[in-house]
Amino acid sequence: MSANTAVAAKYRNNFLKEIEEQVEMGDWVKMCMQCGVCSGSCPTNFQGAWEHPPQELFMMIRAGKREEVLTTSSMWNCTSCYNCIVRCPRKLPITHIMHGIAEYAHRLGMAPKLQPTRFFSGLFWKNCTHTGRVNELKLSMGLYFKDGFVQGIKNGMAMQAVALGLVKAKRLNVMELFGGHKCKDQKGIQAMLKKAYEIERSRKTARIAG
Amino acid sequence: MSKHEYAFYPGCSSQKGASASNYLTSVEAMCKTLDVKLTEIPDWNCCGASIGYAEAGELPRHVLNARNFALSEQNLPGQEIVATCAACWLGARETRERLTHSDTLMADTREALKEAGLTINEMPEIRHMVEVLIEDLGFEEMAKHVVRPLEGVKIAGYVGCQTNRPFGVAGESFENPVYLDKMVEMVGAEPIPEYEQKVTCCGGALAFSEPEKAQAQIKDIVESAYDHGAEMIVTPCPLCQANVEIYQGQINKRYGTKFDIPVMYYSQLMVVAYGGDAKAAALNGQVIKARRLEEIAAKPVKR
Repeated sequence: MSANTAVAAKYRNNFLKEIEEQVEMGDWVKMCMQCGVCSGSCPTNFQGAWEHPPQELFMMIRAGKREEVLTTSSMWNCTSCYNCIVRCPRKLPITHIMHGIAEYAHRLGMAPKLQPTRFFSGLFWKNCTHTGRVNELKLSMGLYFKDGFVQGIKNGMAMQAVALGLVKAKRLNVMELFGGHKCKDQKGIQAMLKKAYEIERSRKTARIAG
Repeated sequence: MSKHEYAFYPGCSSQKGASASNYLTSVEAMCKTLDVKLTEIPDWNCCGASIGYAEAGELPRHVLNARNFALSEQNLPGQEIVATCAACWLGARETRERLTHSDTLMADTREALKEAGLTINEMPEIRHMVEVLIEDLGFEEMAKHVVRPLEGVKIAGYVGCQTNRPFGVAGESFENPVYLDKMVEMVGAEPIPEYEQKVTCCGGALAFSEPEKAQAQIKDIVESAYDHGAEMIVTPCPLCQANVEIYQGQINKRYGTKFDIPVMYYSQLMVVAYGGDAKAAALNGQVIKARRLEEIAAKPVKR
């Protein structure tokens, strides 16, 4: 049984409960009063990027629209500007809820595969936790080459002027490709993160079983 | 001994050869003048930034930040942690708040930290460099050191998101923070209080993953600065700085604009106003050269 079918079975017909128990800050969803200030404050929603802006997602969660919520690309348009958080009259931590729903959809394998920010988000986390510090060059290269070698070269060419400007200003170092900045205690970092994942997973599984 | 000592969390982007290395250079020169002593937290790690959310989860993200707290406590006991990067500050501060408010999260964090041989006994204060400047030193103290005022330079204060929301600087409003304008005034330049894009989002990480969306926002930020007659933009955030500066060429291609406006850090303005040369202010780190500042930095100092 896949992770998705296991949770779907447990929370059958109660998607709100599923979000409350499995998503970071999910227990805030029921507090939304549908005023729409979050959606009106969102810079990428202003550009029409969200299929379902935050307050709509909150209502869909309450209405049990599980498939629609978890497969939408909407919350991946979050720029982490925190405008929705500071303006929400009921103080919902909307940015964190959006990240939480996105993370949950990603964990279940339901998030849209080709969504570029989903890809970049995972890439960033792997990049920074690999050595304990971000390798900016490898991070950019990883993004450009996500759709294969040929597209990678094309993307690289399109970014050539930007990259050259940074290299000239000594703000991009090509040698980062062969190592770069890192923490000394990488072993400790890996061990502590592994433990953190274990604890988090066991807490969430316990809620499904409970 | 310095009156102001802090545990310093420089963050990934400020490292040598990284995208905000010019920020660090200018902060070092600024702190030297102000007698602020920053001691780097040994072996500090990345904060995870906001964008790591797809894989980070809750606990791993907080454990990552908590490792820095533990290292700071172990090596620099009693000192407050100061970050120059908006994302580092926000990430660390968020972790501090969450761990303070949840005993479970705190216990889980301690258990994970044990794996790296670390622990936390006391929760540190997490400060942004601009908080240190405004709250611990104050505008009067900062102004005392100005020996080369940036007279007649019109500067748009672009505060951006993460030094402003969700925590912000105490006493400032989320919609119209004024501290950056006051800093511009403090260095003898001319602020633009009516600059209406001062808290607009630069697109953050979407500048990488979905550039067309981020660049639409950056266009507004730059255009408004021009509309108000600004000669340069100043910001306290490394990602704001990079995003608003380095994509101007691409935006020009996309929109047919002719943007070419320098984007500076507050620390660079201060170093020049404090009599520092172009090197100390890291003016060579600009992709779009700040010629007006270079000229001022080459002038003799009024003593």
